[in-house]
Amino acid sequence: MDFQIALLLGQDGLTNGAIYALLALALVLVFAVTRVIFIPQGEFVAYGALTLATLQAGKLPATLWLIVALGAAVAALDGAQALRHGGARKLPRILALNLAVPLALWLALANLDLAGLPLAAQVLLALAVVVPLGPMIYRLAYQPIAEAPVLILLIVSVAVHVVLIGLGLLFFGAEGTRTPAFSEGTLELGATTLQYQTLWILAASVVLIVALYAFFGRSLYGKALRATALNRTGARLMGISTTMAGKLSFTLAALIGAFSGILISPITTLYYDSGFLIGLKGFVGAIIGGLASYPVAAAGALLVGFLESYSSFYASAFKEVIVFTLIIPVLLWRSLTTHHAEEDE
Amino acid sequence: MKQKKLIATLLLALPAAAAFADITVGVTVSATGPAASLGIPEKNTFALVPQTIAGQKVKIVLLDDASDTTTAVKNAKKFVAEEKVDVIIGSTITPASLAMIDVAAEAETPMISMSASRAIVDPVDGKRRWVYKTPQNDAQMSTAISEHMSNNGVKKVAYIGFSDAYGEGWANEFAGVAQARKIEIVANERFNRADTSVTGQVLKIIAAKPDAVLIGGAGTPAALPQKALKERGYKGLIYQTHGVANNDFLRVCGKDCEGTFLPAGPVLVADQLPADNPVKKSAQEYVAKYEGAHGKGSVSTFGAHAWDAFKLLEAAAPVALKKAQPGSKEFRAALRDALEGVKNLPVAHGVVNMSPTDHLGFDQRARVMVKIEGGAWKLVK
Repeated sequence: MDFQIALLLGQDGLTNGAIYALLALALVLVFAVTRVIFIPQGEFVAYGALTLATLQAGKLPATLWLIVALGAAVAALDGAQALRHGGARKLPRILALNLAVPLALWLALANLDLAGLPLAAQVLLALAVVVPLGPMIYRLAYQPIAEAPVLILLIVSVAVHVVLIGLGLLFFGAEGTRTPAFSEGTLELGATTLQYQTLWILAASVVLIVALYAFFGRSLYGKALRATALNRTGARLMGISTTMAGKLSFTLAALIGAFSGILISPITTLYYDSGFLIGLKGFVGAIIGGLASYPVAAAGALLVGFLESYSSFYASAFKEVIVFTLIIPVLLWRSLTTHHAEEDE
Repeated sequence: MKQKKLIATLLLALPAAAAFADITVGVTVSATGPAASLGIPEKNTFALVPQTIAGQKVKIVLLDDASDTTTAVKNAKKFVAEEKVDVIIGSTITPASLAMIDVAAEAETPMISMSASRAIVDPVDGKRRWVYKTPQNDAQMSTAISEHMSNNGVKKVAYIGFSDAYGEGWANEFAGVAQARKIEIVANERFNRADTSVTGQVLKIIAAKPDAVLIGGAGTPAALPQKALKERGYKGLIYQTHGVANNDFLRVCGKDCEGTFLPAGPVLVADQLPADNPVKKSAQEYVAKYEGAHGKGSVSTFGAHAWDAFKLLEAAAPVALKKAQPGSKEFRAALRDALEGVKNLPVAHGVVNMSPTDHLGFDQRARVMVKIEGGAWKLVK
């Protein structure tokens, strides 16, 4: 291997690692706030990219159906609950948020020349269609069992994952898609060339990570999420709604996932089921961070990216084995160094 | 009391009698899961096949095996135990088909597989007596590639394929024929269907300076290495396998696929075949049927394997009907024998000549070389 190849591999590892890092951050966030190991995180990657591709083909994405259907279910549940507790004046807000907004989005999309819109508008629309899935899924699948043990939450995650994969096949078909790059072309950098899209990925990852940092450090909502992550009961006593915290963390996770998908779909082909493996690699990063530390999780995800890139050069047949075997020494080290506390159930 | 018993017996006998009149076909396809892009056109094809064979009604029981071996075997057992099928068609993928052989042989029911691996029907020994298949062997396709390579002065080839049975199968088949033609394999790489990047493998391939690269992948995932090769400035020949022969591949790969060569079933370029080609008419028939139902350009070579499986049944069932009634053990045995006797049957993918030692029955007419030109498949003459 000469220097140039090493450089190219490093660049590739960095690009993939940046995406894994974003997903690892989302996984840590969701776990810290809600104790949910969010296996369907990768599905948002696929949904985001494939919804954008559908928009660009000038068709209505089938994900619209899903937010309308889930919105109706959420409205029915929340509405019934509000009525039972004599909160009828909450009804208009519940209906507007869960029924009117998705339907308005549908109407807007149905009347727009989707294929002719500028890319930025298409990306925003794709996010508008996919991101609401996050809080809706939280409301329907996790909120009713928010106090359940981690294992139950994990089992529900597996179920949600399987459902989303199946729906993905139904919505988008079995074949993959690519979307056009944010800006075409390559940048000459001495011995190597960089695609502009790679720069977009790196820049967007850094911006998102800094934005998350600022959000948690400065904003009231961010602080509320951190408080919930530290101590649910304590946060509740301080007047922080754990339901709000859960929905917010799922919204962020869906946003990060869908945007990651949109970022990488110009440089690779994405399928209805490619999210899982990408999410799993983010998960390895998150595990390295003990599902608790954001910086260590991001560093771990970068490590996964580099490991993947270099092992694909040296032993492509064993690439996946090498990447996922990484988790064994990490778990050993974790179990030896961390103080083990039994979860009280 | 007696009357009641009589009515009950009659009621019980009625559906049974009705079932005996039909030829029951159990079909298991991978309509979901990783092989869904192959299984869906197959499933669609069974909606287009004739409703009767030689005046007998045909009842098709179609189940999805989700590209999963266990489910495929479960489906096959269900066909045999509950539906009392006369023939099993399936599955889409090789591992599932291999596992189903035991069920078919034990129930003495003929089975027609729609997956590619030679191991499904070769050698035709004990259990495989009952098994037939419609897709061409990989060996047949890889000799077409190696022939084309040596005609174009290729001496060094790099291989990159799926890290699964498909990629391994091609690596082995191709290594054999390449050696015979004195083509050196200078790199042997693997990638996963779900991979988002193949930079490492492609850099290694380019460093080995091959004259041509063979990509052993199926469907749209096979576009990834090709795009990466072009991106890194690779200028040599690129070969794909027949696994990419669908329009989605052209859509995803775009201009990066211009000039790619691949071997394929003749159905892919049915309209371009010379008029005296015996496959032309039967291939065009399928294309017209499928595109009539699903729109222009929707046809894929995978659906044609399903069509061919039914064509085989259509040819064999009338012979078997002369010997026994559908639904009986004798009919299934007669059907097996009749399938073995199919001669000179033009199907969408070639001309079938079965024999007791060959349960595929294809010759060189079952493959053509195709070049991707202007975003379409062009027959190489």
